Amino acid sequence: MVKSRLEMKNISIEFPGVKALDDVNFSTTTESVHALIGANGAGKSTLMKVLSGAYDHYTGDIFIDGAKVHIRSPKEAQNYGIQIVYQEVDTALVPYLTVGENIMLIDTVSNMGKKQFMNWNRIHKRAQEILESMNIHVPSKKLVSELTLAEKQMVLIARSVSQKCRFLILDEPTAPLSFSETEELFRIVRDLKQNNVGVIFISHRLPELFEICDEITVMRNGKFISKEQIKETSINTVVEYMLGEKLEEQFPKYHINIGNTVLEVKGLNDKEKIKDINLHVKAGEIVGLAGLVGAGKTEFCKALFGASKKVSGEVLINGNTLKINSPYDAVLNGLALVPEERRKEGILVQETVATNLSAANINKFTKIFSFLDFKKEKTSAQELIKSLGIKTPAETTRVQNLSGGNQQKVAIGKWLISDAEVYVFDEPTKGVDVGAKKDIFELIAELAKRGKAVIYASCELAEIIGITDRIYVVYDGEVAKEVETKDTTEEELLFYSTGGK
Amino acid sequence: MSVSKVEKNTSAKHSKRQFDLFDFLYKYGTILTILVLIIIFASANPAFLQSNNIINILRSISIVTIIAIGITISLSVNGFDLSVGSTASLANAVVISMFVWYSQPTVLAIGVALFAALLVGALNSFLIVKIRIPDMLITLAMMFIIQGVALTYTRGATISQNMVMPDGSFATGLISPFFSQIGRVPWIIIIMLFVVFSVHIFLTYTKHGRYMYVIGGNAEAARLSGIPVNRYKILAYLLSATFAAIGGIVLASRVMTAEINAGGGYLMDSVAAAFIGFSVLGAGKPNAFGTFVGAVLIGILANGLVMMSVPYYAMDIVKGTVLALALALTYYKLK
Repeated sequence: MVKSRLEMKNISIEFPGVKALDDVNFSTTTESVHALIGANGAGKSTLMKVLSGAYDHYTGDIFIDGAKVHIRSPKEAQNYGIQIVYQEVDTALVPYLTVGENIMLIDTVSNMGKKQFMNWNRIHKRAQEILESMNIHVPSKKLVSELTLAEKQMVLIARSVSQKCRFLILDEPTAPLSFSETEELFRIVRDLKQNNVGVIFISHRLPELFEICDEITVMRNGKFISKEQIKETSINTVVEYMLGEKLEEQFPKYHINIGNTVLEVKGLNDKEKIKDINLHVKAGEIVGLAGLVGAGKTEFCKALFGASKKVSGEVLINGNTLKINSPYDAVLNGLALVPEERRKEGILVQETVATNLSAANINKFTKIFSFLDFKKEKTSAQELIKSLGIKTPAETTRVQNLSGGNQQKVAIGKWLISDAEVYVFDEPTKGVDVGAKKDIFELIAELAKRGKAVIYASCELAEIIGITDRIYVVYDGEVAKEVETKDTTEEELLFYSTGGK
Repeated sequence: MSVSKVEKNTSAKHSKRQFDLFDFLYKYGTILTILVLIIIFASANPAFLQSNNIINILRSISIVTIIAIGITISLSVNGFDLSVGSTASLANAVVISMFVWYSQPTVLAIGVALFAALLVGALNSFLIVKIRIPDMLITLAMMFIIQGVALTYTRGATISQNMVMPDGSFATGLISPFFSQIGRVPWIIIIMLFVVFSVHIFLTYTKHGRYMYVIGGNAEAARLSGIPVNRYKILAYLLSATFAAIGGIVLASRVMTAEINAGGGYLMDSVAAAFIGFSVLGAGKPNAFGTFVGAVLIGILANGLVMMSVPYYAMDIVKGTVLALALALTYYKLK
C-alpha cells in the first residue's frame, strides 16, 4: 500500500481576543502514530479541529500527498478521509440507539439517497463486520447507553473506520480509561496503523505516548515548537519543550505566618477514582493539588465536600472529626468549594449577580422569620463587585451576560462573604484571561492572609508553583508525591504527574 | 475592514431596538392583553364592567388560582406537579364525607382533608427525591392513582347531604353553615388573594423562596453551595399538595357536594395560568403574582366569551391560543 502524506502549513486562527494558533506547521503520514502534545491551551485541540473542518476562518493551507485540499467543513474533511474522535464521547453518540445504528449513522445520513426504508439486516451485518475486523467484542444490537466509556470510544472509532479513513484523530482518548482499557485501545491503534491509517494521538500522559507513537510534535502557546522521532527523544526533553521559558511574574508576593493544622484528611476513598488520599492544610497555607486532567483532583474536591457518594475516610477540621454526607454538611462545617464546571455547578446563569453572590450564605442576609434583607444583599454585592473587580454594569445584571473570567469571580465571590475555614479551588483559572487570573490569585492570597486554609487544585503547573506553599502531586487518584514548593520545579511536578517514579 | 465594522454596528443597533420593543412586550404583554380584552368585552357588552360581573370573574378564578399557586411552587424548584387536580378531588371528597358520613366538626373535617393531601405530597416527594423518578412522570402516575383513590373512597358516587347510603338508609350528617361560607363571596375571593399574597411573599422575600429559585435555576450549583436541595424539594411538593387541598376544600364549600373527579377539570387551567405567569413583568420564572395574572386572563376570556355568546365548545380554541401566545412570548425570549 502507498503511504499518504498530510501537511498543514502556516495555520493561524484567531478567536475574539486570542490568537489560538500562530503560524503552525504540522505533518504526518499514514502507517504511523503521531503524538501531539502541549500544555493546556497550547492549541492542540484547536489545530485538530481545523484539520477536521470544525472551523472555517483559519488561514494557511492543508496538503494531502502534495496536493492542496479545501477543508472548511466536517463533511469536506471526511471526504478526504480525515476522521476525529473527540474526548467527550457522549456528545457524538445517540444513547438509545443500538451500537450498529450508531456505527452506521453517517452512512444512514449521507448514503441513503432516495431510499426511504431502513435495511436493518444490512446495517447490523455491516456494523458487525466492522467490529469483527477490529476485534471489538461488542454486539451490534446492544444499546449504546449500556456500554462502558471505553466501549463507547471504540464504537466511535468503528464509526470513523466505517467511512473512508486515512487519518484518525484521537483527542485525549485515554484520559478516562483504565489501564487494561488503554491496552485494548492501543491494540486497535496498532491494527489501524497496519491497515495504512495515520493516527494522530493527543494525550497528556507522556509514558503512553512513548509506548505507542512513532513521532511527536510539541506545541506551546499556539505555536509549533518541535517535531521529533520518538526513538530520538526523551520524556525530559519533551517536558522542556512543553514548558519553554518561565511565565512572567503574575503571582502576588506575600509573607504569611503559617499557623496550626486546620484541615486533615485521612485515607479518603471514593470507591471509584480516589484511592486512600492523606493530606493536611495549615492556617494561612495554600496547598497545591497538581495533576493532569483526569488525575482525580476534581473527584478529590467533590469527595472532600461530600458531593460524591460512597466516600470513606476521615476529615478533620481543627482536630474535630466531621461527618460530611452532603455539601450542606460541608458548608455548615466551614468548607467552601469553587467547582471546576462553573456554568454547570457554580453559578446560576439566569439569576442576577447579587443573587449569585448571596446564594451560599443567605442566612447573612435575612431578618426575622427568614425574610430577606435586600438592602444588605445589594450593598454587600456592590462591595464584592468592587473588591473583586467584577466587570458588570450593575449587581442586577444576569450572570449569563458576563464573560467567563467574571463568571468565575462571581463563583469565587459567593464564598468570600461566608466565614469558611477551608477554601477549595478546583481549576479556578480555567478559561480565564490573564488579567482576571491575576485578580483571582490576589483573592486567594488574600484569603490565606486572613488565616484561611486553601487547597488549590490545578493542572496548570506554573500556577501551582507560583501561588502555593506546598504541593501534593496527584496521579491516577493517588498522591504520588508531596513537595515543598520552594524545593521543586515544574519539570519535577510534570515528571510525577505523568506517572514518573 | 472598517466598512464591515460600520455595518456590524448599525445592525447591532437595529437589533437592539427590536429587542427593546420585544422586551416591553415580554414584560407587559400579558397585562396589555388583559386590558385589550377588557376594552373589547366592555365595548361589546357594558355589563361586563359592572361590579357584579367583576366579582363573578374573581370568584370563578379563585379555585384555579389556588391550585395554580401550588403548581407554581413545584415549578419554582424546576419540578412539575401534575397530581394537584386529583389531590383537589380527594380533599373535596374527604371533607364532604367527614360532614355527611361521619358528622364531624368543621375543623376536623378540614384537618383530615389537609392531612390526606399531605400524604400525597409526601409520597410524591419520596418518589421524586429518593427513587429519583422524573417529576412530571411520577406525578402523572400519581394523578391516576389519587383519582382512583378518591373514586374508590366515594365508591364512585357523588357525596351529598341526605344521600342514600349503600345499606339503604339516608346519610344524616349535615355540612356546617360556617363551612358553607368559605365558598361564597367575599370569603372565596379573600382566601384566594391571601394565598397569592402569602406565597408571593414567601417566594420573593424569604430565604426559603430564594433557595427554591436557586434549586430551580441550577440544582447542582445549589447543592454545591450547601443548600439542602432534597429538603426543599420535599417542601415544595408538600406545599403544592396543600394548596391543591385548599382548592379542593374551597370547591367543596362552593358546590356543597363531592362530585366524581371534581378537581380534575382544574388541572389544565391551573397549568396554563402558571405558565402564562412566567413572563408577567419580566420575571422569567414561575411566580405567584404572575400566576394570578394568568388566572385572571383565563377568567376574563371565559367570562367575556360567554357574554359574547361564543358557544362553550369553541372556548378551548381561544384558551389554547392564548396559552400558545403567552408561551411564545416566554420562550422566544429565552431561546
